Amino acid sequence: MFGNGKNGSNGGERRDGDGAIIALAGVRKVYDTGAVKVEALRKVDLSIKRNEFVAIVGPSGSGKSTLMNILGCLDTATEGSYRLRGEEVSGMSIDRLADIRNRRIGFVFQNFNLLPQLTAFENVEMPLLFKGAPAKERRERVESLLGQVGLADRMQHRPVELSGGQMQRVAIARALACEPDIILADEPTGNLDSAAGGDIIGKFEELWAKGHTLVLITHDGAIARRTRRVVRVQDGTVVDDAPAA
Amino acid sequence: MRALALIVRLFRGAAKIQRKRMILTVTAIAWGTVAIILLLSFGEGLKRSLQTGSRGLGENIVIIWMGETEKAYAGLPAGRPIRLVPDDVDLVLAGVPEIASAAGEMHNWNVQLVNGRTALNKRVVGVHPAYEELRTSYPRSGGRYIDELDQKLKRRVVFLGDQLAKDLFGAGDPVGKTLLVADTPFTVIGVLQKKKQMGMYGGPDADRATIPLSTFEAMFGRRYLSNLVYQPTRNALAPVAKRHLMEVLGAKYRFDPADTRALQFWDTIEDAKRLDAIMIGLQAFLGVIGALTLIIGGVGVANIMFATVTHRTREIGVQMALGARRVYITGSIVLESLALTFAGGVIGIGVGVTIVQVLAAVQAHVKSEAMEVLGTPTISIPIAVATVTLLGLIGLLAGYFPARRAVTVQPAEALRFE
Ligand SMILES: Nc1ncnc2c1ncn2[C@@H]1O[C@H](COP(=O)(O)OP(=O)(O)OP(=O)(O)O)[C@@H](O)[C@H]1O
Ligand SMILES: [Mg+2]
Repeated sequence: MFGNGKNGSNGGERRDGDGAIIALAGVRKVYDTGAVKVEALRKVDLSIKRNEFVAIVGPSGSGKSTLMNILGCLDTATEGSYRLRGEEVSGMSIDRLADIRNRRIGFVFQNFNLLPQLTAFENVEMPLLFKGAPAKERRERVESLLGQVGLADRMQHRPVELSGGQMQRVAIARALACEPDIILADEPTGNLDSAAGGDIIGKFEELWAKGHTLVLITHDGAIARRTRRVVRVQDGTVVDDAPAA
Repeated sequence: MRALALIVRLFRGAAKIQRKRMILTVTAIAWGTVAIILLLSFGEGLKRSLQTGSRGLGENIVIIWMGETEKAYAGLPAGRPIRLVPDDVDLVLAGVPEIASAAGEMHNWNVQLVNGRTALNKRVVGVHPAYEELRTSYPRSGGRYIDELDQKLKRRVVFLGDQLAKDLFGAGDPVGKTLLVADTPFTVIGVLQKKKQMGMYGGPDADRATIPLSTFEAMFGRRYLSNLVYQPTRNALAPVAKRHLMEVLGAKYRFDPADTRALQFWDTIEDAKRLDAIMIGLQAFLGVIGALTLIIGGVGVANIMFATVTHRTREIGVQMALGARRVYITGSIVLESLALTFAGGVIGIGVGVTIVQVLAAVQAHVKSEAMEVLGTPTISIPIAVATVTLLGLIGLLAGYFPARRAVTVQPAEALRFE
């Protein structure tokens, strides 16, 4: 099997043997909603190397978003090990996890998750504020990022004044603000028409070419084919893991 | 700075959505602030009123009345009356170094005073000149009090209480005029400056005529003092002064210095201490009531902050996903809570101070006994400090608990929130 997590969990060095940047081993996630316990993930082993371009596919409710949340340190696994750049994530303090999300991971969501009161500029600036970057650096970085996604003339617009594709481009600019290694995207094109969606995937391809590691969840087979590796999830576990056709 | 500006923007966004609740909350805090300011400043006014009232009798003085021995002493039986004479004042001053000042006092409570066609039967007292300071009986301008020369020469001069002067002479200035005291002509030398007097014996100082003690003795053929007033050098020395005084007089009149009935004491120093204690208790009580009112407002703030946090769960989730540390999120929520509290506090302080000032102005015009005792509501610096501190504390706590809840959820959960 390709990239078995077991390979990536030997020892505590910064880079695992096969250069895995993400290494899940035996990860379980149980949602305890009081009355019922939902086992959203069971025994997931997954290893992703630096500069991979991975699609995660699978039926609705199979656990894709749950997996993505754990990869992004937005949630913690009930059981199992998650090594990010060789470092065990479980047991890290809340603020340490916040720093990891700030510096190492960029998120792109299906529903954009821009802050509605803030302008495009301010939305992109936010991670830099959390990082503590000085004002001049922030300004230059935000202007350059918004320029790269073709929104140099929309910087002072609020999310409601932007189209879906534009909002998602702001979100991509925001995800890149602190130059993360990893970009995680949960159905980034789900709320976009095919033209805007294709445009967004084009942006992802550019990022991959620049050396970023990308993981994206998608329902769209056409999009999955544009990645380099497809991980199929079903009933909370990885059932197939192969290079994109 | 930029972070702060950002917090303010988020705050404004939230304010738009929750305007109604925010107005209610700010009002609740403002009301609580008004309550605490009014209660405390009335307490302060009452305290000051009582303090000046007790100063009307005299500051830090002790008054002695004649008594009767309770213990047999040196072969003498119990039940002997002890009577002091004017010379005992010099004896006490010479023999008790802890006594700074003393004066003897004789009373005749029914003496006819005649000015032309006005005749009144009033109390006349004879005193030593030191009485002026001891009993805060200062003359108003244009007049003077009885002095050593009056005492030495047994002059026929009279010092009038302000009320009595008005009753005898009307609105005009009586200084220099002649007054018949028990058919003997006396010259009026001064009139009492109006004062607030709460503690008293033998009627208010405003309603009596005062003459030199020597003149009194000669005129009414008296030997014994009605009472003796003294002031210790320092309040802390009052018990020592009292003990030494009992020893000095006990030696002269042959009574046991430990005999508590030989002389009767009214210790206004003790009274003042007790009054202070009561006032502290009263102010604490009023403060607690005010604080409770304010805390109810604080619960309102906490409530709206909980609502805000719930409303903004998703935004908070986004901020966490972007790498906001806990302190940033809790900080912005606490700041918001402080802003609400201080908005209410500023309004409350403004309204409270205005009410206090209006009441003070009204009181200056309306004269009534009850109002006089109640005193003028006064805002002191400790009141202002206490109010602001309490507001700050409430703001902090009302923000802290919702903020703590906001950061305990996992970002993934917060992001799912609709
Ligand atoms: N917070 C939660 N509490 C309880 N159950 C949850 C929670 N989140 C997800 N689940 C359950 O876990 C399972 C996996 O959900 P998940 O969102 O990961 O699926 P998904 O593959 O992303 O689906 P979709 O394609 O519809 O987005 C589902 O059965 C879902 O009901
Ligand atoms: Mg999903």
